[in-house]
Amino acid sequence: MITNKCSNTVWDGVPMDLFDKLRILADSAKYDVSCSSSGVERSSSTGFRIGNAAACGLCHSFAADGRCISLLKVLMSNACVYDCQYCVNRISNDVPRATFTPKELAELTIQFYKRNYIEGLFLSSGVVKNPDYTCERMIETLRLLREEYGFGGYIHAKAIPGADDALLSRLGQLADRMSVNIELPSQQSLRLLAPNKSKTDILRPMSLIRSRIVENTTELVRYRHAPKFAPAGQSTQMIVGATPETDYAILNLSAALYQKYRLKRVYYSAYMPVSNSPLLPAVDTKPPLLREHRLYQADWLLRFYGFSAGELLDEKHPNLNPYLDPKCNWALNHLELFPVEVNTAPREMLLRVPGIGVKSAQRIMAARRAGKLDFAGLKKIGVVLKRAQYFLTCSGRMAEGLKVTPDRVLQSMLSGRSQQLLPALAGEPEQLSLFQHEVTREDVVKCLTGQL
Amino acid sequence: MPDRPTVVYQYDGSYEGLLCCVFESFARKERPAAIRPESGEQLTLYPQRIIRTELSKARRVEAGLRNKASNQVYRMVKLGYYTCCEEKELLLLDFIRLAMRHGRSVLSMLAEDTVHELTRAVRSLTNEAHQYREFVRFSIRENGVMTAVIEPKHFVLPLITRHFCDRYPHEAFVIYDASHCAALVAAPGQCAIIPAEGYEEPEAGEGERQFRALWKLFYDTIAVEGRENPRCRRMHMPQRFWKHLTEMSQATGDSRALCAKCVPQKDSK
Repeated sequence: MITNKCSNTVWDGVPMDLFDKLRILADSAKYDVSCSSSGVERSSSTGFRIGNAAACGLCHSFAADGRCISLLKVLMSNACVYDCQYCVNRISNDVPRATFTPKELAELTIQFYKRNYIEGLFLSSGVVKNPDYTCERMIETLRLLREEYGFGGYIHAKAIPGADDALLSRLGQLADRMSVNIELPSQQSLRLLAPNKSKTDILRPMSLIRSRIVENTTELVRYRHAPKFAPAGQSTQMIVGATPETDYAILNLSAALYQKYRLKRVYYSAYMPVSNSPLLPAVDTKPPLLREHRLYQADWLLRFYGFSAGELLDEKHPNLNPYLDPKCNWALNHLELFPVEVNTAPREMLLRVPGIGVKSAQRIMAARRAGKLDFAGLKKIGVVLKRAQYFLTCSGRMAEGLKVTPDRVLQSMLSGRSQQLLPALAGEPEQLSLFQHEVTREDVVKCLTGQL
Repeated sequence: MPDRPTVVYQYDGSYEGLLCCVFESFARKERPAAIRPESGEQLTLYPQRIIRTELSKARRVEAGLRNKASNQVYRMVKLGYYTCCEEKELLLLDFIRLAMRHGRSVLSMLAEDTVHELTRAVRSLTNEAHQYREFVRFSIRENGVMTAVIEPKHFVLPLITRHFCDRYPHEAFVIYDASHCAALVAAPGQCAIIPAEGYEEPEAGEGERQFRALWKLFYDTIAVEGRENPRCRRMHMPQRFWKHLTEMSQATGDSRALCAKCVPQKDSK
């Protein structure tokens, strides 16, 4: 029996070149942002020898850049035949190349998994020879893991654009989540920077995955044991700051992806200069981390707070305000809708109050059934009163002793870091503001004119 | 119930013992000044009353809670017992009194002080349990047994048992809780939490050290230079966990040096 032979294989020593392979192939995979292990709940008792999956996902570690490490994120191979300008693995780049064998990678995954280092495997690959061949190697790795090691942990597989439909379907049956990177937010940019990929190349596998997932849900209704297809859905990623698209264009694209392709997540990746290409920003450009952060905030508003892209931005204000988070910005522009009454407001309106998140809105809904809420109660519930107090009334009253002036409201909305970005506001104690009042206000308004 | 406390309860520290204290307090219509486990010797001016643990009384409190309030309320009490916040016994007693009066809706009285305190403590417990599902690091011994040491603030072992037994259904493993001197011991098909003291991790074998080095190598490689964010990392992975994290231990040094001699690092840095 193959099964037994395989599980009994113990490495007598780790081959030294495995260190090199892991270093090279993790290094090439690190620009893929996605590392979540969420979206699927599975117990090992459903026929696996090792491993389960928790719907909330588990982050086993956090790297020096503060991003979570949930999966063993590696490429199958970085010996790519494509020449995408923004990518470290492009064929014209002089970097060391390496390729895992399916056996090596499966064994490494199991060994890491047993030690509770990881939740599973994130497998992507450069295009070796051609998309079909690459996809077959990935399938072989996943098959080894699932069928011979009986691995029930999480697997995220990258769909290789251009691979045969049958291969992609097989990949999806073995993986929990699939993703196709949209890479750049518009077709023009794609044509310019990734000559081997086209929009249809990317959107075709995406819609294939979507339709297979939809088919699968109807199959599952009929036959409980129908093989599952990517039960944790699909995600994508785009690079921000390498090309001239506005935040408005990006958010509209994301909204469309969520609606049309039913994506679970869209990831944004601030462009890290990796190339001297004249088509791209200079190598010494700082990655636009703040912009990426604001985009994620807006993305959350789209998915969990009931906002639409058109509410946050429009043609006249195509970019997110760097100093204010998008929700505060929206609230300050719609003061006519506030204050809202905590004890009666519907959930949708509570969610639009700065300082109230999904959880605190849920707690408010529960707590006000048991009795009237006041500001002290809100604080206990976890509402950030610093921001929320300007937009709320409790039993018809604003917070006691609250002075509402535009400056003060604005200052409460700015995070500590935003205040540092606005030099006139930084560290200026309230009492001294009498003298500098005019300057501060002018400065602030100047900085925020685009939005306010 | 007299307002002024007159007595201090002492119980054996067990969950059933605590429920017996609750029983006693209801039976005598009094609120003790404190409820203390036996081990915690503290001088007090109040007279002490030693509460004997009787399973029948504990069951009556349990049944009362389940019937008058709900199973969720009972679960809340049980979780409250696993937390290690100060004076948790009195807090639980107050909570149970509220639960008996208000029934199941006590759980949504989030603005009430006692309920707020308890929910906060329980949230801290469940959060820590979640963190330990992530931050436990096993070492695999030559005989195949997997071992790990943790130092949690709260007693998280009962909350992580099911997860790890489900994760490794065919392995034998031990998770030793150094702060509460207890261990989760599991073998295929069975598991138990037993009191244990003075466990020490034996020296790692050669194979184990290799995999630790591989993991450290992966950890150091996966971070993107130019995005360093130590504050963010500390927020998600507080420093108190680092001691038992393979990738954060200083012993192995910078793993990238290990193989630097084999392939020179180029470009893209």
